[in-house]
Amino acid sequence: MKLLEHEGKEIFRRYGIPVPPTGGVIAKPAQLTAALKRAGKGPWVIKAQVLAGGRGKAGGVKIAKTPKEAAEIVKKMLGMRLITPQTGEKGIKVDTVLVDKASDITREIYISVVLDRKLGCPVVIASAEGGVEIEELAKHKPHAILREAVDPSSGLKAFQARRLAFALRIPAEKLGDFTKLATGIVNVFLGLDASLVEVNPLIITPKNEVIALDAKVITDDNALFRQKDTAAREDHEATPLEKEAKKVGISYIGLDGTIGCMVNGAGLAMATMDSVNLAGGSPANFLDVGGGANVEQVTRAFQIILKDKKVKAVLVNIFGGIMRCDVIAEGVLGALKKVKMGVPLVVRLEGTNVKEGKMLLERSGVKMTVADSLWDAAKKAVAAAGRN
Amino acid sequence: MSILLDKNSRIVVQGLTGSAGSFHAKQCMDYGSQVVAGVTPGKGGTTHLGVPVFDTVADSVRQAGADVSLVFVPPPFAGDSILEAFDAGIRVVIAITEGIPVLDMARVKQDLSRRRAAGQDLRLVGPNCPGVITPGQCKAGIMPGYIHKPGPVGIVSRSGTLTYEAVWQLTSKGIGQSTVVGIGGDPVNGTNFIDCLELFEADAQTKAVVMIGEIGGSAEEEAAEFYKRRMSKPVFSFIAGKTAPPGRRMGHAGAIVEGGSGKHSDKVAALERVGIKVVENLSEIGQTVASSPIGALAAA
Repeated sequence: MKLLEHEGKEIFRRYGIPVPPTGGVIAKPAQLTAALKRAGKGPWVIKAQVLAGGRGKAGGVKIAKTPKEAAEIVKKMLGMRLITPQTGEKGIKVDTVLVDKASDITREIYISVVLDRKLGCPVVIASAEGGVEIEELAKHKPHAILREAVDPSSGLKAFQARRLAFALRIPAEKLGDFTKLATGIVNVFLGLDASLVEVNPLIITPKNEVIALDAKVITDDNALFRQKDTAAREDHEATPLEKEAKKVGISYIGLDGTIGCMVNGAGLAMATMDSVNLAGGSPANFLDVGGGANVEQVTRAFQIILKDKKVKAVLVNIFGGIMRCDVIAEGVLGALKKVKMGVPLVVRLEGTNVKEGKMLLERSGVKMTVADSLWDAAKKAVAAAGRN
Repeated sequence: MSILLDKNSRIVVQGLTGSAGSFHAKQCMDYGSQVVAGVTPGKGGTTHLGVPVFDTVADSVRQAGADVSLVFVPPPFAGDSILEAFDAGIRVVIAITEGIPVLDMARVKQDLSRRRAAGQDLRLVGPNCPGVITPGQCKAGIMPGYIHKPGPVGIVSRSGTLTYEAVWQLTSKGIGQSTVVGIGGDPVNGTNFIDCLELFEADAQTKAVVMIGEIGGSAEEEAAEFYKRRMSKPVFSFIAGKTAPPGRRMGHAGAIVEGGSGKHSDKVAALERVGIKVVENLSEIGQTVASSPIGALAAA
């Protein structure tokens, strides 16, 4: 789950990581005066609370020198659609803004903790060239990037933090502050079961203070059973349909296309989307109905797919492994009794008891197209969506 | 020959008495695998599905001669169960469990690396995988056994049902498999593509390999490098997730394009650059292998 900046900063505070004085998050212009008061003397920085990088360039981060300026910025920013390279053309709506006291900046540094999949452990990544896109830096100046592998059982060692500090040219008198901060963000990563903790930029002020100016935290959904605080947070990224699917144990991600897909298994679900695309159509969603694929799950999956009004045809692709195809066919038929299908349905079954499964579908009298292979199904679904 | 498993493999099922463990252990037994024991802490001394249940993996090794473990333990406890299997001297640990916290796996991986560096003969397959099958000899996993057939093609994959699809296409064309390995869809796992390619390269039965990847991480790119330097056998590949949006996890915890890495196009380019045949349409993987020289060999 991706956390908003202000949520990340709250966590940072709990872990003793210095962040700027804040007036908190507001959703209405009327809340601004109180927020400015809480933040202390201006100037202030008003920051759109959205889950997208590149906010600054897109107009989602503004400095206000006076309360009047702040009011104008907030009025404009709340409700606007922020378009950044990460959001796509439609952009992302700004529902809340964070009001922080603005900081004087002498230097910007990049620091993050990420999961290194190749090493199989967390790694601290840092660069003296902060405030830039780290991916760009990695591409063009790989030598400017520092890495320290983290022992997942014991965290960042003090000497590793010092090594980073020297390489980043942290002022000698602030060595302790920096190592505390670096250890702190690693502790956030380990303590929260995160998959990313990023501070970009980490700043050094003219008074040589070391402060985290931004906070990006992504947590590992697999660990929600032991992360009660995270589990209680609202998921700001998921759409209402995605949240509904998650509740019933279905993995669903909405897309822009017209062909609803219901598949068992994540890999096959992706491959089904790819096949639809290759056949000239576009998938409306990713949906992994799970290994069980019983009547209940299939019914739920149909309901979720059909709530997306863009859907012009539904493609069911099930590879019955341990689960027999005749049982899956009964599941599909059972689901169709409960769900009103207003669009063409293409079903492809393969695997155990496939003959019995297909026979059940064909004899049911329910209107649907039965396909012989994934490719056949993709082509038929694309054709059906085109006609509808 | 084959890799990882053969007819002599002696399987202990960790979590045998649970519903998933029971169901799949029975399927493995019906396939002909030697399931010799189960482990459920607190149920030692009982019998389940006709095999002895032990309190610890070490007991199952000592008393039943287990050398392969199949893990069905729920996510909160699965990491610990894997470590227990390592400690008991199991040779191949196959973790089926989906949803293990990544940090737990990082700790498992650390232990695995230390043990292997110290010379322990040990492999972890998974987690979040369908398991391993050497057709006609041993099935240790949740895959449907009957879709497989013994033969010369090794398969390694990050995805379950996608693997079944590929296996089924091959079997339908009369092309059998040496061993099929599901390495799992998690970002931190045990055995990776390179490990399997290395084993398949050294395996006399395997004449060609099908490698099924997906978006996220760089395992496919690393496999391409390995292929270029070390492999003589042909590799065919399919990469899922061409149409997946960036920044979103596609079901598998590891299937995500993030920070510009893990892209479908990069993986395909890396594989094609070293001469690996990448099939764009999944439905053509069986036909592609069949119409290669391997196909003629396999069908003969």
